[in-house]
Amino acid sequence: MTETPELFSASLRVVNVGADLFADALVEQGVAVTRVAWQPAPGDSDMPLSILLGDERVDRANAEAVKRMMAARPRLVDVRPAREAIPGFQQNLLLHAGPPIAWERMSGPLRGAILGALLYERMAANIAEAEKLVLSGEITFAPCHQYNAVGPMAGVVSATMPVQIIEEPVYGHQTFSTLNEGLGKVLRYGANSPDVIAKLRWMEQVLGPALSRAVRAAGGIELVALTAQALQMGDECHNRNKAATALFAREIAPYMVETGNSNEETVSVLRYMQGNDFVYLNLAMAMCKASLLAAHDIAFSSVVTTMARNGTDFGIRVSGLGDRWFVAPAQKIQGLYFSGFSEQDANPDIGDSAITETAGIGGFAMATAPAIAQFIGGTPADAMRYTLEMYAITVAESSNFQLPPLGFRGSPTGIDIRQVVRQNHLPIINTGIAHRLPGIGQVGAGLVRPPMVCFVAAVHELAASISKGF
Amino acid sequence: MVIQALLKRNTYYDSITLMSVIQFVKEQTEVDDAGAVMATGANLALMEQAELLPIAFLAELEKSPGPEDLLISIRASDEAVAQAALLFAEQKLAAPAKRDVAGSVSTPTARSLEMALRHDASANLAVISVAGEHAWLEAEQALRNGLHVFLFSNNVSIKQERRLKVLAASKGLLLMGPDCGTAIINGVGLGFSNVVPRGSIGIVGASGTGMQQLTCLIAAAGLGISQAIGTGGRDLSEAIDGIMMRAGLALLARDPQTEVIVLVSKLPSKRVAQALLAEAAQCAKPVVAIFLGKAPEEFGTVGGIIKLASTHTGGAELAVSLAGGDHKRVPGNSALLELESRLAEQGASLAPSQRHARALYSGGTLCYEAMLLLSEQVGAVASNIPLHPQWELAPHEMFRGHTALDLGTDEFTRGKPHPMIDPTTRLHYLERAAQDSETAVILLDIVLGFCSHPNPASVYAPVIKRVRNEAQAAGRALPVIVSLCGTEGDPQGLSAQRAALEAAGALVFESNEAAAFAAASLVIDTSDISQAKGGSHD
Repeated sequence: MTETPELFSASLRVVNVGADLFADALVEQGVAVTRVAWQPAPGDSDMPLSILLGDERVDRANAEAVKRMMAARPRLVDVRPAREAIPGFQQNLLLHAGPPIAWERMSGPLRGAILGALLYERMAANIAEAEKLVLSGEITFAPCHQYNAVGPMAGVVSATMPVQIIEEPVYGHQTFSTLNEGLGKVLRYGANSPDVIAKLRWMEQVLGPALSRAVRAAGGIELVALTAQALQMGDECHNRNKAATALFAREIAPYMVETGNSNEETVSVLRYMQGNDFVYLNLAMAMCKASLLAAHDIAFSSVVTTMARNGTDFGIRVSGLGDRWFVAPAQKIQGLYFSGFSEQDANPDIGDSAITETAGIGGFAMATAPAIAQFIGGTPADAMRYTLEMYAITVAESSNFQLPPLGFRGSPTGIDIRQVVRQNHLPIINTGIAHRLPGIGQVGAGLVRPPMVCFVAAVHELAASISKGF
Repeated sequence: MVIQALLKRNTYYDSITLMSVIQFVKEQTEVDDAGAVMATGANLALMEQAELLPIAFLAELEKSPGPEDLLISIRASDEAVAQAALLFAEQKLAAPAKRDVAGSVSTPTARSLEMALRHDASANLAVISVAGEHAWLEAEQALRNGLHVFLFSNNVSIKQERRLKVLAASKGLLLMGPDCGTAIINGVGLGFSNVVPRGSIGIVGASGTGMQQLTCLIAAAGLGISQAIGTGGRDLSEAIDGIMMRAGLALLARDPQTEVIVLVSKLPSKRVAQALLAEAAQCAKPVVAIFLGKAPEEFGTVGGIIKLASTHTGGAELAVSLAGGDHKRVPGNSALLELESRLAEQGASLAPSQRHARALYSGGTLCYEAMLLLSEQVGAVASNIPLHPQWELAPHEMFRGHTALDLGTDEFTRGKPHPMIDPTTRLHYLERAAQDSETAVILLDIVLGFCSHPNPASVYAPVIKRVRNEAQAAGRALPVIVSLCGTEGDPQGLSAQRAALEAAGALVFESNEAAAFAAASLVIDTSDISQAKGGSHD
């Protein structure tokens, strides 16, 4: 007699997709059952999903994308004015957060920041002049991402602003981010009063050069190792950067003193770091951008390499789909408001800072940041759950960033648009809430999820680019 | 004594992880001492104190290590031991951490089949019951991942069905379905299935309740089932070409536990059925083929060890005989003789207006079989699944003459559970049939087993009792015949269900064929049930 067919000699291990009735009957018979909490994929996506899930080239490309993302070693090497640091920068160019947008559709905080940047650049003497200048069409707007830069909130970068230069030697990219202004009335929330402009000038004249000297004297700062440590000290490096900022200050302080022009200046820079828990956010963002640049432009890959918002629209880009943005209206943020503010005051989601989630930290690493769980309206158990849920839509577990509360499991890394759509399960973003009017600043913090339509459109587009068969 | 070292640049681990890895290395290898640190000045000084500083190794580096670099150093009796320990430490660091999660947060439920496979990589079968228009993708993904599939969902297009079955066959996998109600694999009942002993009879079936009937009849005769593989109702159509029936046949032909094979289907394409029989003739085991309503002669001469039947009961009797059992123990038409006098008595009490049989089925195949048998005896049987187009019920008609309804079809189950689970719809029809003065007999199937209603007799018995009493009060007898499909081992228990139904006045048959004949006997002109022929024995 021939051998028993494989199925008949195995013990059944079942995956149940659908009614619990069937799973219950199997459990009653002592069979191991894994249940799928199934939901239909949105946007008539079954056929494109079938194409993408069935093509091994997509899996291979995704494995390569996350490998690169994790192998990248971004380091801070210098701080220079944008016009010197960023290739192709022009005096009349203003970068902003998120996907491309025209002045007419810009939200309050972004407009406020744009006008403030023109005052700061001395291209206009007052707000009215600045508005006129914008309307004249002489100012060019472009997304930060188009220049491999990232900026929190409004994310406005102008020619004179000092930017941090991140070099990534493994794949040979450079990325950039502005210096963090701190909380309160700041340009990134659309404020543009004289004190805001004065602060920017101090950053340009004192902070930028001081950091530049210190960073160069230190021979650069390795950002992956620093971020990894901060994640084990209760930061998720989006909404909490306390530990990372402290670690950065510790690294840089001796060089700051060594290379300082005067005691007074050095103290002012160190006091800035003492008083601003978000110094590291802009570095974390530029680091994430560098990792994701390494993972971008891999043919067939369904890994998300950009998530960004301009206060009006939310946009994503996907590794295998080049520089095309998939855009939909930005969402309201669910969260807690500072006293005196409410949901009516909130601007829709804004900023490039979702680059942190795209790279597997921020909201994706909430499990390691129980200290701020309450701040974004949850408990430490919620924080744990957010991270655990993100493993379901990501390709890998980070070999760089380990999360102690999860038994040092690597953070969920590499968002796969296929699983986002298939499971109808969106990434979670842990973010600040801007006032909808320029100049008021942050009014709260909370959680937001991107619009599903961006992912649906990307799935359809990637499938179409792979196969013309549907 | 030698010192060997490894430097990993820009790689951070916390000191506790590093210490635990080093402890492990020291326990598991023959090293003299070991250390792993982030290469800060202070840590290097500690290494030096412990006589672990790899001076020669560090001297050769182009750039001295910094705080962001991981340095592992081993002191051992010889180079080979040291190198092995370094490799060991490196692997240990790269290995995934233990997943012990503090607190009460459990792993979230999987939201896709691919994620479920991350939870259990050794899964080998997917049970799929999601909405039909999405079900194909789930089945396709299961097959792509090497899982056999039990596809309960209906409304999968015939084109998709063919594509999925071709994919399954190319991977040596079973795609049971779509619209597959039952299967028994390795003794485990899938979907709507009954608790039957394992044994030597293997079944491949294109009909759900038909397979339940077969397995129950075989179990009642004291024999068991090796495997019961469902194929979905359209497998023997021209378009599907019997892909899964043939795959199932081949599996059972190879299976040492299976000694007799039963193939069962309704409405086969004659060409496909003939091709299947030709393949079956090549198999070294006896094969019983049940093609409902198809006389064996239609298929011409087939190989010697193939036996043909046209009813489940007939097929069960053949299979039991071939497997060395006693076919008389199959609860077949002999039950008719036992109940002959009670049938005759009830028939005699019918009022002149009571001329029509009313069959209310939950099982589609059982309904189909009953219609075939009824129409042989009484002619036209109106239905929502008519044997002939002209017998189709109009949308407004509940009954027309002899009527058999399959209450499990889409039109009755849209937005509602199947009547095998929820009796509401059928109770409504039962009441209406009982009130209709033309109704001579009500025929019901009650299917026990996994997934069915947990205690159907508790619902039907009181209603049967009441409607019979009401009819009697109106001067009519109202015979109620139940085709009861189940086993003693089923969660509901066969004999308890039978007893409750009989106590309410129902006449209970385990053979659907016998139940249909009993119903027919009450509405044919001559009440001589000896006219009713049995199944297609040879």
